[in-house]
Amino acid sequence: MDRKRRPDWTSGLKQLYDQVVEEPLPDAFKDLLSKLDDGKQ
Amino acid sequence: MSRPERELPERSADDKRAFKRELTEVVPHLRAFARGLCGRPDMADDLVQEALLKAWAAQDRFEPGTSMRAWTFVILRNAYLTDMRRNRFRGEYDETAAERILTAPAGQEEPIHLSDMHRALLTLPPERREALLLVGAGGFSYEEAANICGCAVGTIKSRVGRARAALTSMIEDGDIPDRAIGDPAAHRAILEELDEVAAGRGLAVPTK
Repeated sequence: MDRKRRPDWTSGLKQLYDQVVEEPLPDAFKDLLSKLDDGKQ
Repeated sequence: MSRPERELPERSADDKRAFKRELTEVVPHLRAFARGLCGRPDMADDLVQEALLKAWAAQDRFEPGTSMRAWTFVILRNAYLTDMRRNRFRGEYDETAAERILTAPAGQEEPIHLSDMHRALLTLPPERREALLLVGAGGFSYEEAANICGCAVGTIKSRVGRARAALTSMIEDGDIPDRAIGDPAAHRAILEELDEVAAGRGLAVPTK
């Protein structure tokens, strides 16, 4: 990723993307990841 | 995902822990990419869970030190195209949910009109939308995006250019078609385009 060279036209797209990135992770994902930890998957 | 078999090194417990940690770190990015691809948060999260399981199962094929985000995006993209081809999403298209998502930020003060941006994004042909998401939203280089999509760098540049032009035109003119909202003909057209993408570019190569 080269954030330094990112042109201005991406700002709206980046905001849309970042909105989701910054959302708290739903429990379903935490559950899934913990199962992976247990070697069950 | 059919890839040529090659000799894979034995992974240590440390490698596996590192893989798990990196996989966990990219989950928010996978969610953002999936949301952009398919529009619906519930579908997107299902897709991400599917991709995580596939990534976990294929962890021996991940080369430590390379980009986990790029590697998992390939898996997510392939899962998306496969699901679309299997009609998984077609019967479940939820007009009410789509409407809610596409109009969600309405009424809020947003200088760049994110709701318009999102709606316009969802009207783009899928191959252009994913190119724009990867380069514009995800911050991948053209080369990385080309690797993820399994196509030439020039193709990605062309798709991004066309997508940008279409997006700019729609937003500036305030003329965003409702093709992603409950218009059966438009929805069918999108799915047909997806079939083309899936048929023509199902051979994404592993990223570096």
